[in-house]
Amino acid sequence: MGQSSFHSAETMRVPAMGALSPQEVARHLGRSRRDFLRDAAGMALGTLLMSASPFVHAATAMKKRKVIVITFGGGARDQETFAPEGQINIPHMLGELIPQSSFFTQVTNHGILGHYVATASLATGVYETLNNFSAVPPEHRTVFEYFRKDLKRPVSDAWVVAPSNGFNRIGESECRSYGSGLGARVILPKHLLSAATSGSNADYGHLLRDNYETPLYAPQIGGGEFELQQLEQILKLSVDDFKTHARMLSSPDELSVYIARRLMRQESPSLLWITMHDIDIAHSGAYSLYIDAIRRTDRLCAELWKAVQEEPEYAGNTTLLILPDFGRDADQDSGGNGFQHHRTGDPASRTTWMMALGAGVQPGVVYDSPVQSIDLVPSIGAIMGFSAAQAQGKPIKELL
Amino acid sequence: MLPQNLQADQFAEYPPQAKKLAVANLAAFQQLPLSFLPALLRELIEYDFKFPAERAAIDQELANLSSLSSTQITEWFHSFSLLSLSSKLERLDWVNNPAQFVEQESAYLWSTHQLDAFRQAATNYGDRLRSALPVESLPVHRLGIAVIGQGVASYDMPLFRNLRPHGTYFGQIKPDNGLELLLAAVEARAKSHPTPYGHWYVDGGQPARQSLSLTNVCYQPLEPVRANLLKYMQTEIARPGMGPEELRSSLARLRPTDLHMDKVGDEVLDRFQVKLFTEGSGTQIFSTTFAQWTTREALRRAQPLTLLVRYAPRQRQKPMNELLSGTNANAELDPSGSLVDADMAAYYHWINQQRLLGAEQSSFLVWFEGHNQALVIAPSLPRGVQSDSALDLKGLLALSTS
Repeated sequence: MGQSSFHSAETMRVPAMGALSPQEVARHLGRSRRDFLRDAAGMALGTLLMSASPFVHAATAMKKRKVIVITFGGGARDQETFAPEGQINIPHMLGELIPQSSFFTQVTNHGILGHYVATASLATGVYETLNNFSAVPPEHRTVFEYFRKDLKRPVSDAWVVAPSNGFNRIGESECRSYGSGLGARVILPKHLLSAATSGSNADYGHLLRDNYETPLYAPQIGGGEFELQQLEQILKLSVDDFKTHARMLSSPDELSVYIARRLMRQESPSLLWITMHDIDIAHSGAYSLYIDAIRRTDRLCAELWKAVQEEPEYAGNTTLLILPDFGRDADQDSGGNGFQHHRTGDPASRTTWMMALGAGVQPGVVYDSPVQSIDLVPSIGAIMGFSAAQAQGKPIKELL
Repeated sequence: MLPQNLQADQFAEYPPQAKKLAVANLAAFQQLPLSFLPALLRELIEYDFKFPAERAAIDQELANLSSLSSTQITEWFHSFSLLSLSSKLERLDWVNNPAQFVEQESAYLWSTHQLDAFRQAATNYGDRLRSALPVESLPVHRLGIAVIGQGVASYDMPLFRNLRPHGTYFGQIKPDNGLELLLAAVEARAKSHPTPYGHWYVDGGQPARQSLSLTNVCYQPLEPVRANLLKYMQTEIARPGMGPEELRSSLARLRPTDLHMDKVGDEVLDRFQVKLFTEGSGTQIFSTTFAQWTTREALRRAQPLTLLVRYAPRQRQKPMNELLSGTNANAELDPSGSLVDADMAAYYHWINQQRLLGAEQSSFLVWFEGHNQALVIAPSLPRGVQSDSALDLKGLLALSTS
């Protein structure tokens, strides 16, 4: 049997689900998650519930509403998470978070499947086309700019905690017609740690892993980064204390969550965006490290939710949104190499999920109607009371 | 430039056999859309250094294209012709740099939301081509063997979870002399059915032995190549203006001699091995990834009749920059993590084998090295069951291929 000239990254052979169209495969993925959650966690199907959401009585609480978004770069596939064989890897999500959440089983990303560009798309509500490996700002207005301008919020009220240097421009778009200086402040924990240790990374190397898509490249950052002196001024953390604590952490994402918790304690931003990245170690091809990272991310999400309950500024008025930026290639797609990458654009790599929990969210509900990742920003706008005018997505009605 | 303007002399820089084929098929090339042709040329330009199975596939594809009428070509490539490419892409020297073109075309298709349409067009073309080509028979049923877990004293979690539904699990295997028995059986197959690049031994560590009857690709003996590559990468990264795409293009141009490989070696195999490091992701740092990717690429490209892959412990995870510096000669190993890696890799080995001709008759065996657990997928064995038969590896292999 001959191979055609299309036998590498461009080609998709017939997937395990036979001759289903990509849309059908995406629906199948969503339904599988729904069925699993309904069986495992006893969650109800959203379409059967009342149409009125708790958000309808949220107007008086709007001023205090806080939103935390957790994205993780390099989605974890169903077989390592929500499928029966994967549940061992997500005990915290399954046992603690999902019963409290509204769970959207079918979130699709129709854009470019690179982590920076996809995260930028999540943050703008538009499928961005910027160079994934350059430290450039998003082309369209970010959620942070909408939030701060519409609600007249100070710079201290919107923060991004991001995993690698390439993300340092994500806080504010290049869209100058909207005004400048309206974005979020971006903190790069690894950059901060590297600065705190003055480049002597002997005890911290495990926390400084960077950009698994192109491990050789951490773009030089040129502005907007969190300066070292602000460690003490904003996080109220001495360099020595920071270094001492960092020594006890095991991964870059643990460092990010640690910084996020300090920000919550000291700055209490109303809009906090945390991008995890450990799972993307999958690009190295080591399956065990990918699984380890899923388990760690599962634990960290639960820890952050616990921190929300413990912080007076956040407890009771915070909506937490957790979603991967996209999925990973299916085992059956001959154009890819299974879990290792997200290069094929197949349904598994484009289809993922979202979990919403906390203020205004109906707990224990599964929604399997399809939504897009660019719907996130308009939905946050609807929750917080600002208009994401340039976003191409639309508010998720189940969150309104 | 568009394909319709192609001239024979534009293939002057191609290696001899590739040039001959290109000129012979020029009339067909001139009718193909730009969104398609460079992908074909990317394969053709390497023709002189490809495995026999790849050459046969190119020969068949070109013969099919040349047999199509103009009307048929229009119909076959209609979906490709609907794709819109930029004038910048048209201006690239895609005849002499087809791989770079395809890389930039891919980025363009992603950014213009045309990738899904391209995927569908490519899938349809591949399916149609396969159905148009004659079905050949193999001299012997294909056999895959994965040996996993080297260096792991005990492991409590269930193994072969992805493979169990497809085969028979054996829990009482006699492990004595197992690797030697498997290697001897593979060598015997190679002698009975001699085929160039038809029988392979891949090892993620130090090979048990180098067999002249087999195509050997092993991680440890390639250590100098890997070290030279890492050194080259570090030098390239330090160059002003270097970025990920530039580095990728730079790596793609590397030849075996650039990495100080033996000049009297097998050029086809040497190029294959260089590509494992320059095109693979993680192959430069983790031996388990190297073995898995080698397996995938050997099956995709050489389509061997027999492929024995033995996994070795990889180095423990460290910061990426440290891993890539290649400075730690005595790296700490992670046998248990490597077993998990290899267990998944064995599953991918079977999946990739099943994509090839003769999948229904092929067999696959995976063994936890030094232990009594194994699994066999074979037409003669039931699926999703467990056997307590106390076989040695020779007996198990005989059962697999009976």
